[in-house]
Amino acid sequence: MLQTDDKEVVVEVTDLVKEFAGRRVLNGINMKIYRGETFVIMGGSGCGKSTLLRHVIGNIKPTSGRVKLLGTDITDLVEEQLDDVRKKIGMSFQSSALFDSMNVGENVSLPLREHTKLDKTVIDIMVKMKLELVGLRGFENLMPSEISGGMKKRVGLARAIAMDPQIIFYDEPTAGLDPIMSAVIDKLIIDLSKKLSITSVVVTHDMKSVMTIADRIAMLYEGRVLEIGTPVEIKRSKNEIVQQFINGSFDGPIKFFQEKDDYLEQLTK
Amino acid sequence: MRNPIEVVGGIFLGVMKDMVSILALFFNTIAWIFLGPFKGKAASRQSIFQQMVFAGVQSVIIVFFISMFTGIVIAMQSAYQLKQLGAVIYVAAMVSISMARELGPVFTALVVAGRVGSAIAAELGTMKVSEQIEALETLALDPVRFLVVPRFLALVVMMPVLTLIADAMGVVGGMIVGVFNLQLNVYRYITFTFEFLTWKDVWTGLIKSIAFGVAIAMISCYVGLRTGGGAEGVGKSTTLSVVISFIIVIFIDVILTGLFYFSQV
Repeated sequence: MLQTDDKEVVVEVTDLVKEFAGRRVLNGINMKIYRGETFVIMGGSGCGKSTLLRHVIGNIKPTSGRVKLLGTDITDLVEEQLDDVRKKIGMSFQSSALFDSMNVGENVSLPLREHTKLDKTVIDIMVKMKLELVGLRGFENLMPSEISGGMKKRVGLARAIAMDPQIIFYDEPTAGLDPIMSAVIDKLIIDLSKKLSITSVVVTHDMKSVMTIADRIAMLYEGRVLEIGTPVEIKRSKNEIVQQFINGSFDGPIKFFQEKDDYLEQLTK
Repeated sequence: MRNPIEVVGGIFLGVMKDMVSILALFFNTIAWIFLGPFKGKAASRQSIFQQMVFAGVQSVIIVFFISMFTGIVIAMQSAYQLKQLGAVIYVAAMVSISMARELGPVFTALVVAGRVGSAIAAELGTMKVSEQIEALETLALDPVRFLVVPRFLALVVMMPVLTLIADAMGVVGGMIVGVFNLQLNVYRYITFTFEFLTWKDVWTGLIKSIAFGVAIAMISCYVGLRTGGGAEGVGKSTTLSVVISFIIVIFIDVILTGLFYFSQV
């Protein structure tokens, strides 16, 4: 099991609160992520996990609380100041977010072309290496519109690792993928973690994925962290909501039948 | 029932906020154009040329035809009056001056807003809703430098060029009417055209076209980057950019026309 006591903290979230139009999406989040681990943030739709992720990479500013990324407090930094720390991280988007106007090779080489002074031939080799890692050797000249969803995800991943980041963030990496492709992505996440000693922060609600890849899991519910633990600890959790979630039961503390007024009240709470 | 003053006030404040944001985007763009190269971060030349081809080269045909038809129409309309004064040759001056000062720059701007402005808003809007803008930011690449600067430069350079083409095609249109309908001599028509057309007519038109180019670029980029709400949002942004561009272009035209001709510049 991963020893977390003496490891470096790469992501630290302290008392994070975020309000959108009067509604508290994140209600006091505290978490620490250690170097080298695969940390999964899970929870139901609308629990705030994607919002939390965007705070950690600096795309959203909190209402209150602090975010530290790779030792730097990024809470108050503006776009340009975030550049340095952003070059050390990579992100895989739910929609893969490939640039439609460029082909696969150009997508993957973009960060290299913009942030380094490497020669074109060196960049081409690096692109080949990254595509090889995600199992897409030879796909450089295809356009994003010509490849499948699963392939787009993998190209997005290749682009995220182009600059050899220290942390990779994944936003719903297996969303919309078939079981085989989901297993492929899971394997890639584990491989990257082991081969490149990367810290992985994965936001997902795919339980099979969670249990396969996670070193530690944080369960979010209604903007709060319900529980953090290893997969074994989470499975043994005495919290009913956690149990309902990991077992995928349609009824439990999170109700199937809900009064409309209760729902609306919950939205504006 | 909401208080009507509240509603109007709300709209006014909203518009003010947007105008401030567009100005901020404008200064950001200018900063990247002039200071970027010194930081080693100039905008991509390939990107700029691609945008110039799209905005300029591919707009030539439509500008060509619209300007020629405009020239024809001005000639026909003014000929009707001028014939009665026995001064039909002045059609040449009417056409060239109206085109150079007003119709060349304005019609070209409307064409470009409709064609290029809407495409920019649609493209940037689609990128926004598919998380591509966010992806750029996460890769530590500034969307303004990457996306706005090339489009801005393309429009600012191509608008005056297209306007000159429009001015020329307007004269050709007028000449067609003059020669075939009004029995004017080609040589006389051309000489008359340039006898009355002053340099000031032309450069004021070009200044207008540059101002229009800046406005169209800023409005369509701003609206595009602010898109929200999926496919419907992209459709709304596209329409919005054209409508606002049209209004702002005419507004700028009023201001600049007043400035040039009533302040003895």
